[in-house]
Amino acid sequence: MARLTEENVRLAREIIGRYPKPRSATIPLLHLAQEQDGHITNDAMAHIGELVGATSAEVYGTASFYEMFKFEPVGKYLINICGTMSCALMGGEELMHHAESRLGIHMGGTTSDGLFTLEKAECQAACTEAPCLQVNYRYRYRVTSENFDTLIDQLQAGELNSEIPAHGTVASVRQHIPADRGVGAVAPEDVTEGPAWLDGKAAL
Amino acid sequence: MTTIDTNTEAAEMPERDPNAVSITINGRTVEAQKGDLIIAAADAADEFIPRFCYHPRMSPVGMCRQCLVEVEGPRGPMMVVSCMTPVAEGQIVRTDTPQVKRAQEGMIELLLANHPLDCPVCDKGGECPLQDQAFSHGAGESRFVEEKRHYEKPIAISELVFLDRERCILCDRCTRFADEVAGDPLISFTQRGNNTQVMTFPDEPFASYFSGNVVQICPVGALTAQPYRFKARPWDLEQRESTCTTCSVGCRTVVQSSRDELLRYQGVDSDPVNWGWLCDRGRFNFQSVNSEDRLESPQVKSGDSFETTSWSAALDTISRTIRHATPGSVAILGGARGTNEDAFMWAQLADAMGVTMRDAQLDDGLPASIFNYSQATIDAACKAATVILLAPDLKEELPVLHIRLRDAAEKKKIRIIEISACETGLTKHAWRSVRAESGTSVTAVQQLMADPVVAAQIASGSVVVVAGRANLAEGAEHTMAAVDAVIAAVPTASVLPALRRGNVRGALTLGLAPQNGNDAVSILEASANGHVECLILLGADPMNDVADADLARRGIAGARFVVAIDTFLTQSAAHADIVLPASAYGEKDGTTMNLEGRVTNVVQKITPRGTSRADWMIAAELGFLLGHDTDVTTLADVQKLMAKKVAGFGTTTTAVAVKRDGVVVSIPTPTRTAFAAPTIAARNSYEFRVDVSRKLYDRAVGTITSPALVNLAPGASVTIHPLDLERVGAAEGANVRVSNNHSSIVLPVRSNEKVPRGTAVVPFNQPGADIRELVRHGDSVVDVRIESM
Ligand code: SF4
Ligand code: SF4
Ligand code: FES
Ligand code: FES
Repeated sequence: MARLTEENVRLAREIIGRYPKPRSATIPLLHLAQEQDGHITNDAMAHIGELVGATSAEVYGTASFYEMFKFEPVGKYLINICGTMSCALMGGEELMHHAESRLGIHMGGTTSDGLFTLEKAECQAACTEAPCLQVNYRYRYRVTSENFDTLIDQLQAGELNSEIPAHGTVASVRQHIPADRGVGAVAPEDVTEGPAWLDGKAAL
Repeated sequence: MTTIDTNTEAAEMPERDPNAVSITINGRTVEAQKGDLIIAAADAADEFIPRFCYHPRMSPVGMCRQCLVEVEGPRGPMMVVSCMTPVAEGQIVRTDTPQVKRAQEGMIELLLANHPLDCPVCDKGGECPLQDQAFSHGAGESRFVEEKRHYEKPIAISELVFLDRERCILCDRCTRFADEVAGDPLISFTQRGNNTQVMTFPDEPFASYFSGNVVQICPVGALTAQPYRFKARPWDLEQRESTCTTCSVGCRTVVQSSRDELLRYQGVDSDPVNWGWLCDRGRFNFQSVNSEDRLESPQVKSGDSFETTSWSAALDTISRTIRHATPGSVAILGGARGTNEDAFMWAQLADAMGVTMRDAQLDDGLPASIFNYSQATIDAACKAATVILLAPDLKEELPVLHIRLRDAAEKKKIRIIEISACETGLTKHAWRSVRAESGTSVTAVQQLMADPVVAAQIASGSVVVVAGRANLAEGAEHTMAAVDAVIAAVPTASVLPALRRGNVRGALTLGLAPQNGNDAVSILEASANGHVECLILLGADPMNDVADADLARRGIAGARFVVAIDTFLTQSAAHADIVLPASAYGEKDGTTMNLEGRVTNVVQKITPRGTSRADWMIAAELGFLLGHDTDVTTLADVQKLMAKKVAGFGTTTTAVAVKRDGVVVSIPTPTRTAFAAPTIAARNSYEFRVDVSRKLYDRAVGTITSPALVNLAPGASVTIHPLDLERVGAAEGANVRVSNNHSSIVLPVRSNEKVPRGTAVVPFNQPGADIRELVRHGDSVVDVRIESM
């Protein structure tokens, strides 16, 4: 399917420029690809390999380690419901059952309109707010069945678009690192002095 | 005068080496070198530490934890992974305490928890490090009663290699090999975590030229090779150590057979040569020896076909033909396929008959005067400050030499300067790589040498020039002149000749080199003009291998009588009047000489096919019939005679018998005679200059008669720069017409931005239309027009 678009290739080159070794940009570029297509396609992995000087197999080897990179299409909204201890004690399981019946799919499935995918997740480090879930990695705390229904209604109505972008978008504000802050194409072992911008200000 | 470099490991060692470290292993004091790993020091001291992931030719990763040992520390003994821990002065290591034993048993038990234990149906069973070490270092019992993992079995990760994932113990040997050694990281650990597995990218196979090595080094039966899968059990195999003669690297192998059939070659670690690695072509072309199409008995032409005849009748006809031929009208082509003994006996016969027309090469290498420069070994090249490549893509032609040079460049031991028409497998590893289109390499060398940065690099230490025929559509004089230009600038530089054919150096050294410049081209020209009354093809197939196809055809057709001595009925042999079946590799004993001039042995493992004979026997018998009896009846006789007659061979045959690494025969170097640089051919109206280069897999007889390899040849095509493709106006993959004043052929066109503008790359000897129709030996470069159709 899709290789990176022209605009994303431009961004990719900017990202690669931040690192002394192009390969270091593999994971940021995978995020970029997931943002573009909602999941990571084979073509995108091959393209990333070309951009960072790795084989497709190496990109795949790296990408497939990460649970959050998806290799099959997922819904526009990926809902991860926590199933670990605290949440389970506080009603996480019931929440999952409710979610399944509300959306008419099993955990792991995607609604036929392509809007929602349900996943069971491990502890999301919000145990004090149990039971919790994430929509495209944005938190919702102390979720009851009613909250859940409201959330789905709002998402369906497009009311949360500004808060919750489509699956794959890590942040709506792009990180921008001025060119002079990057180390450039210097191997870490060859760097002997601090960067110019540090200019005497003790870093440590 | 002759000197012999016997390669003895530094015998004299005066005082204590400052890098020496002494440690104690199991109470015994052992000397090691600073930086050695404990496991390597233990190996050297014959103390076995079990291991799966450690491999002495790859970087340690500490993946399997099987090599735990105890090292005395300030707070008492502690467990360390011996493959990751370097030795230190005074270190006290124990490999046999109850604590170590417990750890090793524990590791084995964990590995076996996930392992199917299907040894009875596993190819590795009987030679499996996991099986062996479970027996020697395991508890003998498992507490794991749960269901094991199941995967689809097997998956083909390439045309040659299969993977049974449930057997994999994740040692990282195959993936490390692909990345570190082969430089083709096309397999990787994927789904890392509980489901980690070795995998390729979807639809992108592990198409490495070196893929067979991962099968050999996999410590379990997870990786198997298609040509050997389910063919034999290790205990049914017999083996003898030998040398691969597919190309002139001369990798050390073991030849394994069962029931008189060759079944497998495995790499053997020869430190100066192959480090245990083989390329896939050399590893799997044993199939060709077993081919049904082998010649089994002498054949005599009758009408348009052949009839089987007896050896005596065949040899009788040949000797009568030779006896009645006008003096000076007998020619011998070939000899680079056989052993030194084969070449020597044929050269002896040629001398006795007064044959001046002889050449072991088919205008596909460099003149034998390349040996007149001071010669380098592979090791010397891998230790040089600068290596200058005036050679074909070594990955395609001399694969394991590519591996060695790549390794040296990756470890920053050498700097490579490459001068080539197109990018090669070593371009990424080169310090400087310049594009010089066919016919301009001399200028490119001169320009490079004038660059002060390059000059400083060259002045920084020893220089080795790797010289070979990069482009078969370019006269060899260009490469020779370029080499000469380097030597003129750097007189201390030495040369590593990268001639491709298995024993080409041996054949040239032992007397099958052209005399008075009368090389294959002029022999075929003479033959075309009716001056050859008997042409003997010694495992040579000019119709397939001479770049000028027209010349080859005319040469074969013009010979009054053609004798082909070969293992198969090749294209040229089909035109012969008499065909004699030759014994193949693995069917005869002898010695061979690699590109460095290293002499090693090759061995007979199976019975020769049919009534085939070794080439040297045929020469001896023919000599007898012609009244030139050499009084030779055994191979030992030949070797004795060879030792007496050929400078440098005095002690090799006995030395070879005992040494894996062989003996480098160094023939004294005549002084260099300056080489007149050819004039650079100006561009004419044809806009593309052709680069005809070899791929590892082509229509070579050993490849097309090996079922596992025959389909790996990429096929004929022409590759040009994308902008040139646009100009030609053809679509990628479409057929285009490639023509010059000699001929015109139709080839599919491809684009690649790595091909310089104005250059057209056409692989040699591929299935499909033949570029050789456009090549004439008189043209020192070949220019063509490319038109869309
Ligand atoms: S396939 Fe074999 S070599 Fe590769 S990681 Fe698994 S056990 Fe090791
Ligand atoms: S590199 Fe040459 S000698 Fe070595 S295995 Fe391959 S073909 Fe044989
Ligand atoms: S258990 Fe659900 S967030 Fe920690
Ligand atoms: S051999 Fe040392 S950890 Fe595998």
